[in-house]
Amino acid sequence: MSSIGTGYDLSVTTFSPDGRVFQIEYAAKAVDNSGTVIGIKCKDGIVMGVEKLIASKMMLPGSNRRIHSVHRHSGMAVAGLAADGRQIVARAKSEANNYESVYGESIPVKELAERVASYVHLCTLYWWLRPFGCGVILGGCDRDGPQLYMVEPSGISYRYLGAAIGKGKQAAKTEIEKLKLSEMTCREGVIEVAKIIYKVHDEAKDKAFELEMSWVCDESKQQHQKVPDDLLEEAKVAARVALEEMDAD
Amino acid sequence: MNCMDSKQPETGLLGPESDSQRTLYPYVTGTSVVALKYKDGILMAADMGGSYGSTLRYKSVERMKPIGKHSLLGASGEISDFQEILRYLDELILYDNMWDDGNSLGPKEVHNYLTRVMYNRRNKFNPLWNSLVLGGVKNGQTYLGMVSMIGVNFEDNHVATGFGNHLARPILRQEWHENLSFEEGVKLLEKCMRVLLYRDRSAVNKLQIAKITEEGVTISQPYSLKTHWEFSAFQNPTQGAVGSW
Repeated sequence: MSSIGTGYDLSVTTFSPDGRVFQIEYAAKAVDNSGTVIGIKCKDGIVMGVEKLIASKMMLPGSNRRIHSVHRHSGMAVAGLAADGRQIVARAKSEANNYESVYGESIPVKELAERVASYVHLCTLYWWLRPFGCGVILGGCDRDGPQLYMVEPSGISYRYLGAAIGKGKQAAKTEIEKLKLSEMTCREGVIEVAKIIYKVHDEAKDKAFELEMSWVCDESKQQHQKVPDDLLEEAKVAARVALEEMDAD
Repeated sequence: MNCMDSKQPETGLLGPESDSQRTLYPYVTGTSVVALKYKDGILMAADMGGSYGSTLRYKSVERMKPIGKHSLLGASGEISDFQEILRYLDELILYDNMWDDGNSLGPKEVHNYLTRVMYNRRNKFNPLWNSLVLGGVKNGQTYLGMVSMIGVNFEDNHVATGFGNHLARPILRQEWHENLSFEEGVKLLEKCMRVLLYRDRSAVNKLQIAKITEEGVTISQPYSLKTHWEFSAFQNPTQGAVGSW
């Protein structure tokens, strides 16, 4: 895993002898250093949650949004370098807007994911551009139902039933695999995502974190929006209780 | 923009000679919009006609549309320019919503945005050929404003565009007062629309009345006004006329 690519890792336009592009792998490491971001596809929609590690107690809670709406029906949760993420979100918004003005309908989530992925990939093709140091989980609802995609710094994009990136991604993926997503509504999904994020949060290494969640589902009328405050509180309480029960064992 | 600039010198104020890129005259037009403030908000009325010159070509044109949560826009003039304005506003409201921060653009802000758009287009000699009426309620404040195609904007307790300025506003000046009830407001608007129906040749007897309050927008189903033509002077109109048979 940590192989030194001496000499072959100076530029994103250089392959190593064993066929790897090290700069892209290093970009992925930047994503692995950030707080966990989770997305799941439930029966009736998508739920996304972010573990926002708080850098300073002086920061206003609720600021520094990590989940952004890209259009009425879709949103993006960003992990990694925040400034890079802002750029990707801006590009996605512009693509969605452009599609609507040309074709007269909301951009299908698949199309949006492809466009974002090729934009991210673009920045891995030229020596004078560095790759994006952020991974993105993109969730939305179109006429084919709810869909979840993940875009990595290499420009790869796959469709998922559940995805996680960031620090606790391995642990989070294990937890997500335990869930029966096809039978879960988004309301239940919100509680589960909160539980997972609280669980994978490393109390020792990182002190405080803020939980940010969003959904696109029937309850939100297929619009991407922040999870309503009362449900978010309910989820946090349930997550803390679950954590205490686990510690008590 | 203009990739086909001719080689002619750019004399005068009109810029390069690509006149096909500027709006010179309107094609499909809507006639007056009348609006007034009442107790709970704004009432606005417009008929559903789209005239192609002197022909009443389209009879189901919706000339009033809700904008965001707090505003209602009515337009007279070129219908295609109105649709373009709706596109701009749609994008504006979308970006506003995507902040997801509990704030939203109110009627005053939308009115200001429209004024900027109209004035800047006019300065390029390429106007959006509309007279716009923008009304709304936000946080208890009622707002009613107008923007013309040359960018003249103002707010008032009652506004009208086109022929409405000449026929409806005098009625409103006489009979409008603060805190009209909904029924009184509708009656007053219908009175204005009836006068316009009798006297404006591009008016059509199919209108909608829209209401915007703190709760939201309601646009009525299209309906017609009752008119009275049984005046004695209209019976046997050609009697005594020279040269008639």
